[in-house]
Amino acid sequence: MIEIISWLIPLPPLLAFGLIVLFANRSNRASHTLGIGAMLISWALAMSVFISAVSGGELPVSTEVEWLPTGDTAFNIGTWIDPLTAVTLFFVAWTMLAIFVYSVGYHNYGNARDPDDRPGFPPHAGGIEPMYARFFAFISLFAFAMLALVVTDNLLVLFVGWEIMGFCSYLLIGFWYGKDSAKAAMVKAFMTTRVGDVFLLLGLAYLYSLTGTLTYSEILLNAETLERLATTPSVLGPGTSAAALIALLFFIGTVGKAAQWPLHTWLPDAMEGPTPVSAMIHAAAMVSAGIYLILRIFPLITAGWRHGEPLPDVMVIIAFIGAFTALFAASLAIGQNDIKRVLAYSTISQLGYMVAAVGMGAFVAAAFHLITHAFFKALLFLGSGSVIHGVEHGAHESGEHIDPNDMTHMGGLRKKMPLTFWTFLIGGLTLAGFPIVTAGFWSKDEILAEAYGTNHLAIFVVLALAALLTAFYTMRQITLTFLGEPRSKAAEHAHESKWTMTAPLAMLALFSLTIGWAGIPKGFPVLSSFIPNWVHEFVGATLLEPVESLEFNVIPLLVSVAVALGGLLVGYLMYRRLEAGAPDPLARLGRVYVWIQNKYYFDELYDFLFVRPLYWFAETFVYRGLDRRVIDGTLHGVAGLAGRLGGFLRNKIDLPIVNGSGDLVGEGIKTAGFEGRVIQTGRVQAYLIVGIIFAGAMLSYIFFLS
Amino acid sequence: MVPLSWYLILAAALFAVGIFGVLARRNAIAILMGIELMLNAVNLNLLAFWRYLWSDNLTGVVFVIMVLAVAAAEVAVGLALIISIYRRRSTVVAEDIDLLKW
Repeated sequence: MIEIISWLIPLPPLLAFGLIVLFANRSNRASHTLGIGAMLISWALAMSVFISAVSGGELPVSTEVEWLPTGDTAFNIGTWIDPLTAVTLFFVAWTMLAIFVYSVGYHNYGNARDPDDRPGFPPHAGGIEPMYARFFAFISLFAFAMLALVVTDNLLVLFVGWEIMGFCSYLLIGFWYGKDSAKAAMVKAFMTTRVGDVFLLLGLAYLYSLTGTLTYSEILLNAETLERLATTPSVLGPGTSAAALIALLFFIGTVGKAAQWPLHTWLPDAMEGPTPVSAMIHAAAMVSAGIYLILRIFPLITAGWRHGEPLPDVMVIIAFIGAFTALFAASLAIGQNDIKRVLAYSTISQLGYMVAAVGMGAFVAAAFHLITHAFFKALLFLGSGSVIHGVEHGAHESGEHIDPNDMTHMGGLRKKMPLTFWTFLIGGLTLAGFPIVTAGFWSKDEILAEAYGTNHLAIFVVLALAALLTAFYTMRQITLTFLGEPRSKAAEHAHESKWTMTAPLAMLALFSLTIGWAGIPKGFPVLSSFIPNWVHEFVGATLLEPVESLEFNVIPLLVSVAVALGGLLVGYLMYRRLEAGAPDPLARLGRVYVWIQNKYYFDELYDFLFVRPLYWFAETFVYRGLDRRVIDGTLHGVAGLAGRLGGFLRNKIDLPIVNGSGDLVGEGIKTAGFEGRVIQTGRVQAYLIVGIIFAGAMLSYIFFLS
Repeated sequence: MVPLSWYLILAAALFAVGIFGVLARRNAIAILMGIELMLNAVNLNLLAFWRYLWSDNLTGVVFVIMVLAVAAAEVAVGLALIISIYRRRSTVVAEDIDLLKW
């Protein structure tokens, strides 16, 4: 039963995509009914798989069918349900369902279309989105790709889903394609993730050439294959194992997709898309897929390494990039005034935690944080969308022209939008890791505990610092947005969003609070005695070897609590009395603040290092040299040659011989007729004489000669 | 009894007169008359051969009557054509009627 269901999970959204595009696109109602209905079916199927998996069903469940015959063997595709798949399905299905429902309200369904709105631009006065049906078609395709990526049993289909998502993110980030900034962002996101994808594809090719298979069970759960990969020297030379090189190539794919430094620049710009898309990309699907990939290939990354040994090079690289990104992005998030950009950098930072955890070999901690992050980040994104929506309405009513994303224009929204406020507060506290009651505390604490417990003190310090900054920018955001007094007329006139937007918020808030209780570490005072560490036991069973759980240690716990509370407190104190128009208190940092506001000039750096040289190269060599000279030259040469050949054929063959003989026949007959017509005198007696002469000749012949 | 050859000589003379008329006369009516002469020369031949060689059946006489009937029809059509041409072009001279000539 589960086998069949696992096949069916991704299909309803794909079907919905096709139906909306082909038939339902004229009707907004039919489009969202199809999209949400399909997502609901997928959700129900995913839940049934999840429930059967957690209620002690035999795992992993796998099915496969022959797909692509390759000579004697065949490339098989199939589905693979193991604990990691089950929990990923769980959070993907819930968050996507929330996003689908939220989109209905976000795109002002129920309001009449504003005649001033044009497709490609956001509706500016609360009218329904002009391309409502298209939006649901796109996110349905997106959902299909993510679900297919999760349930598949091999890396090739994972890559296919990965690429479809890349394409959908391109479409959705540039959904309002009339805006130049959205156009630039869509191209940037697509190109930047493409850098990672190329390496991922290289890794796939290398892995396939070494093992002849891409199926999880034959690589990742096969100790013999892993051992062989770990001992084979890679193409780079002795000293590097094939497993490490493949893992590194895959990891570069993750760096692109999960927006790790140095490929992080696309993600903040991706905020140009509608907010449900931001939630989709940064919580439910795309960046999660990046982390899912390195969790999936975790056995490959750790091939030849035992728990407790010093980290091999590839894991050091992963841990370094993760930890660095966590701190780096968190430091950027504190200087942003755009409510969604704060969350964008926060996403990068949180993904850095997970990557760092994988780099330290903390599989369960990374998976746990992935789950909790998906919920609370989806909640925060959708909450920020609700805020923006409220402020937009307020701005429309008060007639102000302000950027509705800018937090410095907000303030005091807790009274106008209570439901959004409370859910956003829950999400924010979860992100900051508010002790005990929030899920983020448990998952982040587990990563910190792993770092401390395995003696990676440098990583521990970096991540703890990042946690401090996280708590600070979260509180800064909440304070600027919801607390204090309104700093603009728009904020005064803001009002609560519709139920289709707030209901998903409430649902996600519930998960943000409770989901962490599934992963309370063993040995935690009081609580662990009556709540088992379910996440560890269940998700840990994904791997071949059981994962040792760490001894409980109070130091990382205290540090974690201290930085969370400290950051929150500082954030609140600094921003609670910010006046309208007053400079950001952080501006006292001087140059550092300018650097932060400009994102450490990474965009400029990349522009200088890659974009402009590429333009120059394209202009000088490719366009002028290759295109104009070589390709055009070849074409012109061929054309000239053909023209000359044609001229020769025409003047030397066609005209004299073919035409000449044709004309000769016609002209000859004409001349003969002209010359011969003189015998046609028109005088009947002349003809008669000829007749008589011939008759006489004939008779003479008959009588005298025969 | 007049020998057969006399008839034949007379008929040949008559035919020669007719053919000269057809070839030499310019008047279309005269040409027509020449044709009639030739036809009658033939009739004379037929009757002479019939009388001298096959007088026990009527084939020769019937054949002559057929020729006469055809000749009458021919003259009717020919004269009608000539009248028609005369009305349009006021001439019955054969060599002036040269509309189809090059």
